[in-house]
Amino acid sequence: MTEPLVRPKRKNPLKKTRVPLLPQGVRSRTALGLTEAAAEGRFRLQVCADCAAVIYPPRDACPRCLSARLPFRDVDNRGTLLAETTIRTSTDVYFRERMPWRIGTVQLDAGPSIVAHLHGDLREGERTRLALKLDKSGQAIAMALPAEDTPNMADDPQWRELTCDPKFRRVLITDGRTAVGQALAEACSKAGASVVFVGIADPWKPFPGEEKLRKLERVEIVALDLTDTISVNECAGEYAPRVDILINTAEYVRTGGIIERKGLTVAREELEVRYFGLTRLAQSFGPVLRARGADGVNSAAAFVNLLSVYALANWPAYGAFSATEAACLSAAQSLRAELRPGGVKVLNVFFGPLETEWYQAVPPPKVAPSALANATVRALQQGLEDVFVGDIAEDIRARLAVSPKALERELGS
Amino acid sequence: MASSNLATFAGAIAQGDIAVVDLTHTLTPEFPTIVMPPELGQCAPFRMEEVSRYDERGGAWYWNNISMGEHTGTHFDAPVHWISGKDLPHNSVDTIPPGDFIAPAVVIDISKQSAKNSDYELTVADIEAWEKQHGRIPSRNWVLLRTDWSKRSGREYVNMQEDGQHTPGPCPKAVRFLVEERDVHGLGTETIGTDAGQAFHFNPPYPAHYYMHGKGRYGLQCLTNLDLLPPTGAVILAAPLKIRRGSGSPLRVLALVPRSAA
Repeated sequence: MTEPLVRPKRKNPLKKTRVPLLPQGVRSRTALGLTEAAAEGRFRLQVCADCAAVIYPPRDACPRCLSARLPFRDVDNRGTLLAETTIRTSTDVYFRERMPWRIGTVQLDAGPSIVAHLHGDLREGERTRLALKLDKSGQAIAMALPAEDTPNMADDPQWRELTCDPKFRRVLITDGRTAVGQALAEACSKAGASVVFVGIADPWKPFPGEEKLRKLERVEIVALDLTDTISVNECAGEYAPRVDILINTAEYVRTGGIIERKGLTVAREELEVRYFGLTRLAQSFGPVLRARGADGVNSAAAFVNLLSVYALANWPAYGAFSATEAACLSAAQSLRAELRPGGVKVLNVFFGPLETEWYQAVPPPKVAPSALANATVRALQQGLEDVFVGDIAEDIRARLAVSPKALERELGS
Repeated sequence: MASSNLATFAGAIAQGDIAVVDLTHTLTPEFPTIVMPPELGQCAPFRMEEVSRYDERGGAWYWNNISMGEHTGTHFDAPVHWISGKDLPHNSVDTIPPGDFIAPAVVIDISKQSAKNSDYELTVADIEAWEKQHGRIPSRNWVLLRTDWSKRSGREYVNMQEDGQHTPGPCPKAVRFLVEERDVHGLGTETIGTDAGQAFHFNPPYPAHYYMHGKGRYGLQCLTNLDLLPPTGAVILAAPLKIRRGSGSPLRVLALVPRSAA
């Protein structure tokens, strides 16, 4: 059984904060197929299109039939831990300060054997579930888990190195006025966050749900206006060293395409809240997050973007909105590369229309704010990088993969 | 006026015989703006972006880019702001005769009534009672409505309830009286609008805007320090930015007050 995590003590101010180090992160282009799967929490390996062999490690030619047609496919992740060893010393600076470290060889039922990191509750000879996870370098590694869930298994130190679990971490929800912001505050509190800071702009303006939000356990309201650089800088100045997970819940949903907007007032506001809001957060909180990626149990772990799935393909009924979301997605990709040296993940959560006031005229299926919040917390607990929540988001993604042009025409008709 | 009078005037300010009272709130990002239903266009709040601060963005100098709406913070309303004043000559901030930016003011104090009732409406009777004490309001005077609202802040200041904002202002008859019977220069208030918070439900809606601007008169809002002014005798300097076809502008509003009266 995993030793349950103990709430970390307050930091000793006389101790130096350790510089975040990364495990080796170089992969071949083909091997990035594993990274793509790990980013979404899938277990995928190459499967030969000609002889059906399951292949590991990733290759450019099938070792059995020499075929070059080796697409990544979902594969059964069950297997047996054949052998294990504990590494007690290493010249690698990342692993050196994390010793001892258990690794082992897993024989997959699907065929190949894979060297994997081992969960503390798994022993040699036992059945296992293999998971592809993103390590601190942002690349895929394999981790072998017990066949069945064990108590406190998420607290395993080798596992926690791969996840962004809110437990005992300090979370900042950037906008608590929205239904999603309030649902996330509740979900993070329930997930064991030690404190949930919730930003509120224009405190002189009352908002629905305020009373309930203020009563949530471990929730603290802070002044934060994402449209105001001074406000974001001041908030970061006060709280950034105590924020381990930042979840940007700012939203600005308005109907209409590019032509239909009369003038730029609304478009500007949209960009102020979303794109520039994200930029302000990245500039003021980003450097501190990046510096605190290896700061103990409550190290900085993640920067979360809630993005409309129409960031991927414009929905002209919400055309200007989609364009702004696309800008945010592009910024998030840059942010990912910029935060990686700190081992801090950027989680993008994509969703379709929500069950909220601004999507009133859109027919179901729509995503409930609580469902979006729970999916986001789950993704953090799993250490994912890209998540699609709800039928619409999954549908758009699937159609985009098949034909971007067909999807463009369909969304625009 | 002889030039010697101007010199005397300048001397009186230098000597402190004429006090200069600042009626302006500091422009800050936090200062509330008027709130419209969220699907309508909104007045932009004040924002400031540092261009450089003696750093790599510009060696030896500090400066900012600022943005805001025409009706943000302590600001001036031109007649063109309202539909009733849209066709008047010289109705925008760039064409108003500059002489209009300097005018005397009377201060009507309804702070006690407003303290008890956030929706207090200034009535003709209130104006007549004031005139009994201080004399008839001379023509082309600013009427400044003292409510002490500027002493409030945050939620208390905006006082937004489920049915909208609740702040004091003039009733329609009082505005007509001031414009038609007293030929006033304009109306100045401490609240976010020259009208009462609930004036959308008046007939006509927003009477201070409707009647004042309909007759080419002006508005000043989000004023402060009105409690430092005498009921009569102050002179107001209120020159908006010269924005082409501008409907208003944030500005510095100063009151000149003879020391004996202050």
